[in-house]
Amino acid sequence: MNPVRQVRSRTVVLPATDVDTDQIIPARFLTTTSRDGLGRALFADWRFDANGRPRPEFALNRPEAGGCEILVAGRNFGCGSSREHAPWALCDFGIRAVISTSIADIFSSNALKNGLLPVRVDAATHTWLLANPGVEIEIDLESRTLTLPDGKRVPFPIEPFARHCLLNGVDQLGYLLSQRPAIDAFEEHRAR
Amino acid sequence: MTALTLFEKIWRAHEVVPETADTPAVLYIDLHLVHEVTSPQAFAVLRERAIPVRRPERTLATLDHSTPTDPQQVFGGVPIRLEAAARQVAELERNAAEFSIELLGLSDARRGIVHVIGPELGATQPGMTIVCGDSHTSTHGAFGTLAFGIGTTEVGHVLATQCLLQRKPKTLAVEIDGRLASGVSAKDLVLAVIGEIGVAGGAGHVIEYHGAAIRALSMDERMTVCNMSIEAGARAGMIAPDETTFEYLRDRPRAPKGSEWERAVGNWLKLPSDAGATFDRTVTLDASRIEPMITYGTNPGMVAPISGRIPERGDEAFDKALRYMGFAPGEALAGKPVNVVFIGSCTNSRLSDLRTAAGLLRGRRIARGVRMLVVPGSQQVKRAAEAEGLHEVFAAAGAEWRESGCSMCIGMNGDTAAAGQYVVSTSNRNFEGRQGQGTRTLLAGPATAAAAAITGRLTDPRELMTEGEARWP
Repeated sequence: MNPVRQVRSRTVVLPATDVDTDQIIPARFLTTTSRDGLGRALFADWRFDANGRPRPEFALNRPEAGGCEILVAGRNFGCGSSREHAPWALCDFGIRAVISTSIADIFSSNALKNGLLPVRVDAATHTWLLANPGVEIEIDLESRTLTLPDGKRVPFPIEPFARHCLLNGVDQLGYLLSQRPAIDAFEEHRAR
Repeated sequence: MTALTLFEKIWRAHEVVPETADTPAVLYIDLHLVHEVTSPQAFAVLRERAIPVRRPERTLATLDHSTPTDPQQVFGGVPIRLEAAARQVAELERNAAEFSIELLGLSDARRGIVHVIGPELGATQPGMTIVCGDSHTSTHGAFGTLAFGIGTTEVGHVLATQCLLQRKPKTLAVEIDGRLASGVSAKDLVLAVIGEIGVAGGAGHVIEYHGAAIRALSMDERMTVCNMSIEAGARAGMIAPDETTFEYLRDRPRAPKGSEWERAVGNWLKLPSDAGATFDRTVTLDASRIEPMITYGTNPGMVAPISGRIPERGDEAFDKALRYMGFAPGEALAGKPVNVVFIGSCTNSRLSDLRTAAGLLRGRRIARGVRMLVVPGSQQVKRAAEAEGLHEVFAAAGAEWRESGCSMCIGMNGDTAAAGQYVVSTSNRNFEGRQGQGTRTLLAGPATAAAAAITGRLTDPRELMTEGEARWP
């Protein structure tokens, strides 16, 4: 996996709370056996009307959303189904970080394995970001800080091991495979 | 010695490597359930990197999410109509064969929804860690297991190493005292819990349900409760094993036999949380105050007693949800028209659920213009229901009786409702478009769903129950 260190971009704002993974990618797009090309299905029922025409009022369809790599979302983003297709779709669309006050557990775990940063910020920062779409901000994984346009730095928490893997391009499966002696010993101990 | 919770006991027994500040725990997984939708990309990684499945015997695969429920398509009279579903079925068949994993295939008599068949086969046993690429894996917690949903990358991790990298979650005790009133189900109970703590109320936590009302539940009902834990945002839900658990598991095909059974029960009896064990948080509810519940919005936390009204006001999400649902604040729920009724899903598709629905439908017909779909949770449930003649009750009432699968809960297999339709569903999610683009889902228990089918309107099921029927289950 390619290392992830920083994301610097304008934001696109989706203020809805409790956005579930069925909205991020509806179930009818899960019939794929690949992880590629899912960006076209991202928020399909919010981006497109019943005839497949883009809804111009939807945040991701606005011209200023073009090239935005940071999604600011309402609280409890990514709740519901465990489908990893949700972060796959976001990544394929070009989103590299999601900012909210809370991000659902399974979604967060899936996102981190795909180089998509789940960034949890305090309520005041969140409120400001929701109210100011399109601002250019920087997320720095090394220092675990988000820098606002006025230069103010906001810290965010991130699981240390996931951070280490992202910064160094470490593959988690490779790490787990390196634990084989401990796993062998555990199985032998249990069999006794 | 430290008093431990059920969760901590299972966690400790499966720590291959404990967590440190820098690294998560390496947690051993006893049972890995696999289905066709969230596994293809994981097998692809193994194939690419020439890694075998470490423990095929701890892996069990089935087909449920995108599979048809039409008998002809299931048993090969006609091909699977949806090409993408046919491809996923073929892919899992190929992967299971190549990696030597047992697959309960399309025409297998033991096939069914992954969270129905694990318990039914006795593969789900107290004290285990169980994972699956499906968030409703929490269902298995009803047996005193630590069971949770994972993403596809993690499916690959478990296939390759039988382990997961995990941070230890916090614990939340949900204490349900008192007794459920007659005509009130386990689904009503868990919807009330979600209404109380909210859809993110359990985030970062594993819930342990306890209290008199939980102890009084059957295994089918406990599974309904644990199943919905994820809808409160929890990582998992658990209930300590007891005689009810052991009675359910005894003589199941994969349960231990003879002296091994005795030894297993001896170990399982040590699992319940010790007296004095502490939880990070505790929430208490009185079961006797719970009524038949129904959701009115677009997440399971937007829920009210069916005899009640939609709240007068809420936040932006509430307003948005009501616009989607075509409802107004303050409206009464009972009496609202219904187009489709779905009885099924890993939440409510077991034999007792079908009996409840059939109990109300016996001698009655569903309302004109209502479509009702009854989808048993497994082929075994289907046969057991047919042996009791339940399928004839459903058919006589005008409902469709299908082969097992996830069906209209997720709507991947073509079993969907039309845009704008109101679906009273015994499933677990009322998200926008969950049961087909533009559909409006109202979650409820099997009795409330059957009552809606009969009257064509949202109806308190107790109005249609005689004194005897209202006694639960």
